[in-house]
Formats: sequence, structure tokens, C-alpha cells
Amino acid sequence: MLELVIKGSKKYWALIIGLLIVMGIGFGFWLWQLSFGLGITGMSRDVSWGFYIAQFTFLVGVAAGGVMVVLPYYLHDYKAFGRITILGEFLAIAAVIMCLLFIIADLGYPMRALNVLLYPTPGSVLFWDMIVLNVYLLLNIVVGWNVLEAERNGIPYPGWVKVLAIFSIVWAPLIHTVTAYLYCGLPGRGFWLTAILAPRFLASAFAAGPALLILLCLIIRRVTKFDPGREQIQSLAKIVAYAITINVFFFLCEIFVVFYSRIPSHMDHIRYLFFGLHGHGVLVPWMWTSISLMVVAIGLLVVPVTRKNEAVLAVACVAVFIGTWIDKGMGMISGGFVPNPLHHVVEYTPTIPEIIITLGVWATGFFILTLLYKIAVSVKEEVSEV
Amino acid sequence: MNDKNKIIIGLILFFVFMTLPFWYNMGKAAPVPETKLTEKAKLAKECVKPKEVMRAEHMQLLDTWRDSVVRDADRVYINEKGKKFGMSLSTGDDSCMGCHSNKADFCDKCHNYASVREYCWDCHIEPPEPPKEKK
Amino acid sequence: MENSRRSFLKLAGISALGLGTKPVLNAFASEEHKAEIQKKPEALKAKRWAMVIDTRKFESEEDLKPIVEACHKIHNVPEHTTKRHEIDWIWIDEFKHVFTNQEHEFVDDRVKYLPFLVLCNHCENPACVRVCPTKATFQRDDGIVLMDFHRCIGCRFCMAACPYGSRSFNFRDPRPFIKEENKEFPTRMRGVVEKCNFCAERLAVGKKPACVEASNGAIAFGDLYDSDSEVRELLKNNYTIRRKLELGAGPAIYYIV
Repeated sequence: MLELVIKGSKKYWALIIGLLIVMGIGFGFWLWQLSFGLGITGMSRDVSWGFYIAQFTFLVGVAAGGVMVVLPYYLHDYKAFGRITILGEFLAIAAVIMCLLFIIADLGYPMRALNVLLYPTPGSVLFWDMIVLNVYLLLNIVVGWNVLEAERNGIPYPGWVKVLAIFSIVWAPLIHTVTAYLYCGLPGRGFWLTAILAPRFLASAFAAGPALLILLCLIIRRVTKFDPGREQIQSLAKIVAYAITINVFFFLCEIFVVFYSRIPSHMDHIRYLFFGLHGHGVLVPWMWTSISLMVVAIGLLVVPVTRKNEAVLAVACVAVFIGTWIDKGMGMISGGFVPNPLHHVVEYTPTIPEIIITLGVWATGFFILTLLYKIAVSVKEEVSEV
Repeated sequence: MNDKNKIIIGLILFFVFMTLPFWYNMGKAAPVPETKLTEKAKLAKECVKPKEVMRAEHMQLLDTWRDSVVRDADRVYINEKGKKFGMSLSTGDDSCMGCHSNKADFCDKCHNYASVREYCWDCHIEPPEPPKEKK
Repeated sequence: MENSRRSFLKLAGISALGLGTKPVLNAFASEEHKAEIQKKPEALKAKRWAMVIDTRKFESEEDLKPIVEACHKIHNVPEHTTKRHEIDWIWIDEFKHVFTNQEHEFVDDRVKYLPFLVLCNHCENPACVRVCPTKATFQRDDGIVLMDFHRCIGCRFCMAACPYGSRSFNFRDPRPFIKEENKEFPTRMRGVVEKCNFCAERLAVGKKPACVEASNGAIAFGDLYDSDSEVRELLKNNYTIRRKLELGAGPAIYYIV
């Protein structure tokens, strides 16, 4: 099936070349970071994780979100999703690869990354995160590829693929749970030290992932001969509606506990994010934008009239995606570091090189996604022509 | 069958590309360097282990040394003949560089030849080069 | 019964003797013995190292600066010009920042304006050790929390985990920012985390930590489980506080206020 990636229209090639250019520029800046050190980023002694780890966290969610099309199909025999499970799986592959790249970009000494295997430390959550991410990547590659190949050849996929698919359904929440455990088990960081963190991560994941998937389906329908289907998109939209509502609900649970208990070490971070602290508040407008987007999206998604209108639905999905991206990709990580353990307010903003490297990784992800979707859509077109 | 030429050209390009390092370095083979010993090292006659072992396995030895020094604070090595050494790369007279104080001639020559970068010196501070011995 | 017990004891005694003499006999048997690794005889040992800082003996930052300098000089800690890249092993901060949970509006003026020394707490249950994915940060039997710079991959999980903000990261090559290199101690390279090591390299050769030496007796260092040690003496006779006790990390730095 690989040959399908080298047969495409001019627009396809333009996209590929465009992505390759962004990837190349990002790679160049990464080489600079490699020789200079992480000093070219905005990170500091006080905010020691920044944009890279935030993107990583968000994208683990997108990857896990892919399971929202796989689960109804394999567990509930919801036939309609059979058409688009492959899109969920391939999205997960691209997202997990981006996650791994962001981890590499964030390491101070990436040449030593394999020390994690050389000196395995089961007590470290990062060790487990490495395992769950890589296994999830592998599961999606194997399952996605085999199901698609069977579809192309007009035969049912082998039984063991279904076993692996069900396994991957269990695995998906695991990757985001373990990622949440990276943060929520740390004693001195009040913002993350909450049992609701993993559920919150999952809720926003199951909103952001399917929302992106809806947008991708709408694009695919417009630019190819394959139609993912109106019913499919509507079912996904309901999933997004529930997930984003639950996400906001979990957030409000957190707000209640923190502000009713009035424990300063928990309050200060949220106050910093939403109101600013000691005169510092670069993230305040972002956080309110995020909340507003999510609330507006809930309105648009819950009301049937607006949800059923695909143009409005697209707007709602963009709102969900950007809202959850700001929440996790900007607020979640630096929010945990400000104020620092000695209660100094040291703010963080990503630098230009840091943003370029980040864009490079996103471009790599979309490059992989484009290739994979090209294969999937070509197969779908082929099958429907016969 | 139309693609025959394309395939052959492709294969030739592939072959040239893969063997490029060999072409690039042709005729530039450098002679195997000889390590030079300091007077102090010559006098000591023998290192921690026999010369052949040191030559082949010094990094394995250094690796176990650094683990034992950093992690267990065990800093004295007594070899099979009962001789004591300070388990340190560059600190003290009984350390590696205490005896082999001529890094350029002792370390760099072979490492440059084998193209193996000694990143030890990214952190450990090089001993000052000894004054040139009179010829 | 009586008989058999006696013969058993005899037998046991003889075998114990035999076991005890075996190494001696082995040593006689040949000149060559196995290579051995030992501690230096002068090394300082303890069950658990701890430090007591008597803040009553300090008045202003001027009293603390030589201590910070002594540490940073001896350990080749760079002085970065960019605040973001800053590296500290031991530094100075105010009461309200050091004891975030004990600060209140009516703290007496002396404590309020008194500079405090801050360094790694060498916790009993260190979160940094728990999270490190390569065991580059580890805890020694004597309680010291150490870093193996050879192994650190620079993931900075330990920096997120440390509730005391005691860790720094080499955001760039530190060498150009070290004014005067101490040839006896390595520098670090870009990309690894570093922090106070309780002067493990000095303890190994029988010296007390540099900050203790530079403090004119204001900082005591010793074994927490030796009832005759200087730190125990101070703890017995003075009320001491530690940072963020409620987290259960068990810091080994005690402050007399």
C-alpha cells in the first residue's frame, strides 16, 4: 500500500513540500539547540518544563482520543464507525510520534535517551510513559495497517487483529493516565497535586481528539472522493459534546475544592493563570479565551440544531481544539511552575526558536498524517470504485 | 522493460553514494599512531592492569571506576599486585592523568585516529600540558 | 542430650575457625590477589548526614556571601549573566520564601529581614530520586542525595519533583561562565541537572563540607544517628525548624531561628 503515497495531485505534492520545508527549518533550529543547549528556549531554573512538554501532554490526549472511534466499533459493534476507525488509528500514530519527538526535543542530553532502557527504573513514571507510548504506537500501526490491507483486498481482517484492537482500547486511556501521573504525584506542586488530573486529562483528550477528527473528516470529504459519512460525523460530535462538558465539569470540581478549602499552595497557581499574581499574568487573556471557547463550544454542540449544521459544527470543533490546546498546551505546564516552590513569580514565555522547533514537530506530525491519510483515503476510493 | 536504463543508473548512483566515504578517504590512510609515555609513566613500568588490557579495555575500567566513586564513594583501587591507585581521571598524583599528564600524546593521538571523541573533557578539566621534553 | 550439644558446639567452633582462616591461608598461598576497591581510610562516615544552620549567628547578607562563594568556587558553579540560565547550589533568600508555610504578617523584624541559606535538603524520602528515570539521581546509604552527571539525560523531571527548588539545569555550556576553575573538581556540560552534593567529594577525603568550613561555626554538620555528634547536641538544646515538613520528604537541613 506504500506506493499510494507517491501518486497524488499537484495540491497533494504542494502540501508535502510545504510541510517538508517547515520540518527542515525546525530541524535546523533543533540542531542549533543541540549545540547551544536548551538555553535558546524560554525555560529557566523556575519553569523547567515549557512549550515542548506542554505540546507533548496535549498530543498524548489527541492520540488517546483516537480510541473514541475504535471503541464503539469493536466493543459495541457500532458499524457506522467501521468506515473511519482507520482515520482514528492513523491520527493516533501521527500524534504519538509527535509526542516522542517533543520528548526528544525537550531532553538536555538526547544522545543519552537510551539510558532509560539501560538503567530501567520502574519507580519512575517516565519509564512507564515511555513504555505505554511506544506500545500504543505499535498497536495502532499493526491494527490500522492490517485492517486497511484486508479492506483493500476485500477480505475480513484476521481474528488476532481484533484482539489487538480491543487491547488498544484498554491501552488508550492508559497512555493519558500515565502522562497525568507524571505531574499529579509530585509533592510540591499544588496545581497538579489533585486526583482529578488524570480524569481531566482524559476528558479533554476525548474532546480534542474527536474534534480534530471531525475537522479532518470534513476536509477529506471536500478534497477527496471519499466521504467519511454524515452519521459518523454526527456521532463523533456527540462524543465531543459529552467529553468537553465533562472536561469543564471536572475543572469546576477542581475550582471548588481549591477555592473553598482556600489552601494557598493550591490557589496561587489558578489565581496566577486567571487573575495574575503579584502583577504577573501573561497567561490571563489566554486562559479566559480557553474557558470562553470551551463554554461556547458546549452550547453549540449540545443544542441539536447547531450541532447538526456542519458549518457550525466545524466552528465548534475548532473552538474545542483551540480551547483545550490553550488549557493544556499553555496553562497546564507553566501554571504548575508559577509560582515556584519558594513562592517567587517567575514567568515563562516560549522564545522564537522554541516556537519554530515546535512548529517543526507539528509539521512532522502532519506530514506523517498526510501520508497515512493519503494511503487510507486512496484505499477507500479504490474500494468504492470497484 | 522500459525502465531498464533508469534502474541501472539508479543502482550505479546508489553504489557510488554508499561507497562515498571510501572514495573520499582514498590515499589518505594515516599511519597508526604510537602513544607516548611520560617519564613518570615509563618509570612506573606498569599501569593499573597490563598494557594490553589497558589498551583494549580502559573505558570499561573507567566506567566501573566512575560508578564506584560516584555512587559508593569507594576511591581506592588496589590491583592484583597490591599497588594502590586513586580512582580518578584527573585529580591527584595517583590518578590517571597524574601519571599520563600528556593528554595530547597519550589520549588524543589514538582517539583522533580512531575518530572516537573523548567527551570526558567536557567536564573533567584537562591537566596542563607538560613542558616539551628536550630532544 | 548434653553430649550431643557439646559436640555440636565443638564442631561449630572448629568450622568457624576454619572459615575465618581461609582468607589468611589464601593470602599466603599466592602473591597475586584479586583487585580490590576501598574507601580512603580518612573518609568521613555516618549513618545519616545532617546539617544545622544557626541563623542567630548571621546578621546580614555579608555574613552569608563568603559561604555561598566558597561552595560555588570549589564546585565550579558558573555565574551566568542571563537570569534564566542561573545555577545555584546554595543561595540566599528571605524567611517568607524559605519557610512559605510559616510566614505570617507579624513575624518579628529580625527574622523578617534576616537572610537565610537555602540548599538541597538531602531528604529522607527524596521525590527527585523517585522520579529519575535513569537512577542518575540516587540516595546513598548515608542519606546524601547525589547526582551522576555521566548518566543524566536532562529530562528535568527531578526539577519538577523537588518541592524545595534546589535544582538547576545547565541550559548552556557552563565553562565560559566559570571565573576560576577548580582543577580538583569537574565542571558540568550543557544538558544536565545539578545541585548541592553535601560535598561528597570532600567527605570522601576526610573534610567537612565547604559551607561548614566557611561559616565560622554557624553551620554544624554531623551524623543524625550519633547521639554524641555536634548536630545532635544542637538539636537537643535548641528549637529547630525545617522546610515544608508537611510534605513528608524528611529534610536533613535544620534551622535554629
